[in-house]
Parts: sequence; C-alpha cells; structure tokens
Amino acid sequence: MAGVLGPLVAGGSDGVSRREIDERHGSAGSLGAVGGLGGHVGAPQEHFVPLRDGVVTLRVLSAGRGAPLVYFHSFHEVEPWSPFLDRLAERFTVYAPVHPGAPGSSGVETLDGVYDLTLAYDELFDALGLANPHLVGHGFGGMAAAETAAVFRRRPARLVLVSPLGLWLDQTPSADLLILPVEELLAALWADPSSPAARAWASAPDADPDNVPALAASLQRRSAMAKFVWPIPDRGLARRLHRIVAPTLLLWGESDRANPLVYAEEWQRRVKGAALRLLPGGHMVIHEQPDAAAAAVTEFLT
Amino acid sequence: MKICMFHLMPYRFLPPDFENRYRSVWVDVPHELYDAQKTHGLYNEFLDELEFAERQGFDGLCVNEHHNNAYGLMPSPNLMAAALTRRTSKAAIVVLGNSLAAYNPPIRVAEEFAMLDVLSGGRLVAGFPVGTPMDMNFAYGIDPSTVRDRYNEAHDLVIQAWTRPDVFAFNGRYTQARYVNIWPQPLQKPHPPVWIPGGGSLETFEWTAKRDYVYCYLSYYGYKRGKGIMDSFWQTIEGLGVEDNPYRAGFLQLVCVADTDAEAEKLYFPHVHYFYQKCLNVWEGFAEPPGYRTPATIRAGVRAQFGAKAKKIRAELNWAKYMENGYVIAGSPATVRDQLLDCVKSLRIGHLMVLMQIGSMPKDLTLRNIELFAREVMPHVRDVWPAYSDRWWPAGATA
Repeated sequence: MAGVLGPLVAGGSDGVSRREIDERHGSAGSLGAVGGLGGHVGAPQEHFVPLRDGVVTLRVLSAGRGAPLVYFHSFHEVEPWSPFLDRLAERFTVYAPVHPGAPGSSGVETLDGVYDLTLAYDELFDALGLANPHLVGHGFGGMAAAETAAVFRRRPARLVLVSPLGLWLDQTPSADLLILPVEELLAALWADPSSPAARAWASAPDADPDNVPALAASLQRRSAMAKFVWPIPDRGLARRLHRIVAPTLLLWGESDRANPLVYAEEWQRRVKGAALRLLPGGHMVIHEQPDAAAAAVTEFLT
Repeated sequence: MKICMFHLMPYRFLPPDFENRYRSVWVDVPHELYDAQKTHGLYNEFLDELEFAERQGFDGLCVNEHHNNAYGLMPSPNLMAAALTRRTSKAAIVVLGNSLAAYNPPIRVAEEFAMLDVLSGGRLVAGFPVGTPMDMNFAYGIDPSTVRDRYNEAHDLVIQAWTRPDVFAFNGRYTQARYVNIWPQPLQKPHPPVWIPGGGSLETFEWTAKRDYVYCYLSYYGYKRGKGIMDSFWQTIEGLGVEDNPYRAGFLQLVCVADTDAEAEKLYFPHVHYFYQKCLNVWEGFAEPPGYRTPATIRAGVRAQFGAKAKKIRAELNWAKYMENGYVIAGSPATVRDQLLDCVKSLRIGHLMVLMQIGSMPKDLTLRNIELFAREVMPHVRDVWPAYSDRWWPAGATA
C-alpha cells in the first residue's frame, strides 16, 4: 500500500510533538499557529484538530506551499497522503483531512448526516485559518467537497471533483464499492487490475481477511463514510448542485467502471459551467496517473 | 429444562446446482427460483409441523424474521405467530424476534407483540434481535453503523410503551412521537419475557444480563463451536455477579432422530446437506458491511458465519464431519440423548431450541423426527436443571 498511496506519516516532525500541536489547536483562535503547520514540501505533517469542544476531532495531514487546497479522500485510500498530493504540494499548501470516524478522526457518531458533515468541514476550515481554499475530492471525498460547496457556496475558491459520488441514475447504478470483495473491487476501481499500482493496492494488509487489525481499520474507515452513502450514495445533492458558484472541474478516468462516465455527463449538466477532463485510467485515476492528474488539477487551479 | 421447536421455514425447492449457479441464498437470490403455489403448500405444512410439535409435548414454538431469504420465508414472524395462537393452546409462542431497528416507528413492535400476548393468553416470548446484516443493511437499507443505536433507542421505546402508566412523549434521535399510548397493552406484567438472540458479541452479553433478559445463541454450527461463545457468556455473568441460572441462556441445535445411527444418515443426510450447501450460501460481500460489527467484536476475532472462507469449509462437509463437528446431533435415540445432554450441560442451557425441519426435509420426515424426539429423547433431557426456576417463561404457557 505504502508504495502506491504514500507513506504512513508519523506525527511530531519539525520539533513539534503531536500533543503540542493539539494544544495549539485547542487553544486556537490564532490562525497563525495553525496556518504555520503547512508550508513544507516533503513529508506531510500530521495534526489533530478538535472541533465542537473535541466532540469531533479530525486528523489532518498537510504539506506544501502556495494557495490553500483541501483534499477529501475516497473509501479506498488506505492512507490519507499519496503521490498525487505530493505533486499538488509543489504548488499548493495541501490539507488532507481524514473523514470523521476513519482511523485518526473521531466523532462520526455525533453527526446526524451529510449536512452536519458539511458544517463540520466549514468549522475545520476556520480552525485551519482557511477562508477560501480550493476543494478537491475523490469518490466519496468528491461528494463531501460538492456538498460543502453547495451549502457554503462562497467558501471554495475553485472546486475539483474526481469521479465524485452523490448522484444516482437508476439505469446505471454506480458500483457497490463499500462491500465488494477485493478481487471484484480491483476490477471495478482500476482500469488495469494487473498494473503494478493496482497489484500493490490489492496486496494491502487490509485486503487480507486474516489480518484482524488491518481488517478492523479497513471496516472502520469504510463505515465512517457508509453513514453518508448507505445504501445509495444520494442524499439529495442533485437538488443543491445549482447552488455551486465556484468554478468547477470534473476529472474522470475514461474507463471508470465504478462510477461510469454517464455520471460525468450528469454532473456537467447539473453544475453550471463545469469543465470535464478525461484521463486514461479508471476510478483510481489519481493513483493510476498521479502526474497527469495533478497537472490537470494544477492547470485548472492556477 | 424447556424445549422448543424452532422453524426457519426454508424454501425446499432450490435447484440441485444452486450454490454453484447463484452467489447468494440471501439478499439477491432471484425470485425466478420461487414458486408461489408451492410456497402455499410449504407455509401450511410448516404450521402443521409446529402445531404437531405442541401436541407431542414441546414446551414452545419458535419463529423468526428474515428478509430476501430463500431459507427463511418469514419476513413477518408475527403473522405466523398469530396463526399459531389460534391452533395451539399450551405452548409458548417464541418470536425470535422482531428486529427493532427495521420498524418505523418501532411502536409497531410494541403493538403487535401486545396483540400476540393478549391473543395467546400470555404465551408470548418477545425476542429482540439486532438483526443480521443481510436483513437490516441490505434488504432494509439501514446504515450499518447506526443499527445498534437505533436498536437501543427502539428497545427503550417499546419497554416504556409496555410499562409506563401514562401517555408520554418520546423524543428520540430516530423516533419522535408526541403521544405514545398503545392499545392493547400486553397481558403479561410487567411485560412478556424478553429473549435476545445474538451472534456472540461481547457487548450483547453484558447488555442482556444487565436487563435480566435471556441470551440466545442461534448458530447453525452446533454445540461444539458454541461452547466457546457460551463460556464467555457465563464468564460475563460471573463477572457481573449475577446468578448463573441456566435459564438465562437459550441455544439452537440441529437434531435428527431415527431408529438407528445408520438410518439417520440415510434419511437425513440429503436434507442436512441441502441446508449447509444451499441455505448457508451467502455471498461474502453481504457478510460484513462496514460498521455492522463493533471494532471491539472484530478485534475479539469472532468470525462471521458466512462468506467465501465459510463456503469453502462447508463444501468439504460430509455426514461424518457434520456429526464429528457437532453441527447436527443425529442418530438413534440413545445417540441423540447422550449428545444432547452433553450439549445442554456443557453449555449450561435452560432453553433448548431444536431445529427439526432442516433444509429440504419434507413434512412426513419432519413429523417423524418430531415424534421420535418427543417420545424417545425429550423425557430424558427435560429434568436437567431441577434446582433452578425459569423466571423467563411466559406466564400463560402451561409447560
């Protein structure tokens, strides 16, 4: 896994312990202390950002320099950081929050639904001192970014949605990505299931049902997002998409079998002025083509 | 000891190559395999079997709830229980049960169970399973991570609806009702005994014991595998300092009785095999939806009973292995007596539930199984716990 989607980053680099970072956030108000945590190209730093008096605490990785960019991850990104984000960090200060309930972030059980999730992310942006970050999201993360952009319509500077969930077409159901066994998942997620990236992903510890701690972490990560998409990833977003005013790029792998291209057309129809960019690849296009995907995103955002 | 006949009401006519052609008997089993006319016959023979069991002296009759399921044709066990109330008069009607989180509002459960209790003259046992992932998360579409929370809230609402003297408002996270006031109220006071079917999760042991309910371990894998689960149940009971009355526990065991061990194999093997190969053929994607099991239970290593691995193990089963593993207790009356005594004593079971109609077993064979069991086995296992009283038996059942 680590080779594909980036190293597991321990906290406490830069001479600042995790606890000290927590306390700085806890006592925040001062955006400077928080904002100062970004700004490094190279290994991302890990922060824990308490919201709502600690009822919700989000684990956030950050690295890079430049305009702020928040990246929301999908179901099947085991680590919150990846080579795709390394590329983006060359031009942006990238913040990658782990969704509440996924390992490292807590409090999902207190959230009532997707609306509450967007409120939490709005609160996170304030805690991080981000007035108008770019929002980028993949899969479920794309849905979270779009929901947030629809509710807080003046928040995002620009919006990039990589094969987002959130719409539902009866004639073309998106794949039941939360539950597929690993072999079927491989075929759904990757344009070429035999590619090195796909193979490395499939040999992740959490693909092994006998690795109980990894299985527990995998289930925990997926269940955190399941709350917002079970049993169908449609919470009425279609009725809110007209509210999005941020310039929007839809990025899709041209052989996406999990969330097929008809969804790209539907998104483009519903988000006024949205651009659509196709790249060779599948649902995991940002991990299949990290350079090309990051270049497309950078081009749109700059 | 109390002995109940448990019925799953399986569809008996799945094609011979079912488990190779279809990925799952549950959730997405195609209903092109289903014949309504045949099912009309099945429902009536299944009810005949349960009624016959009462006449043969069984203490209770158990029905349960499944959805989208070709081995459990009872999406509404309450309908079957209602039919049984009119054709029986002594046996406990054990509904195991209503999956609380699936009812919206769960007031419906309080009402229907109250109706059954009144209709049966106080013979109802109220079972509250959390519900399987296949039923709750896939057939009924409930988010796995909220099932337990919904269940807990619904449980509190139902118990209050049965016991509070006033008309009250219930302001829950999942259910809001301004006027809770069910008519009829149950006949048994303060309410029908509550049994909780569980799959071995640690949280449920403690939850059940603290509320003084019966815990029922319903497994299709028999008493030898059930021993570990029940041992940890009794450890929990000991740890809580609660009386270790065997009637706190219920257990399901598959049982087949014949005149001889050899005859048992000949008569029952095809039907037992149908059950394990076809009825338990559940696609692994349905076995573990994210969020259904708590992280603590996953880390405790309790495995799901379904999935690819379980299928592989099942495919290698033959009669000798069914016997050796204790999945099925089968044979002559003497063989069954000995093993059943071992089962109830070693697991400390006060409420034994026996599955007597298994898989494709036709009515005449099921009746024979019931009759032989009642005549040759039941009298020898009934008096296992003379020192204990059953505080969890419905007041109106005369057993």
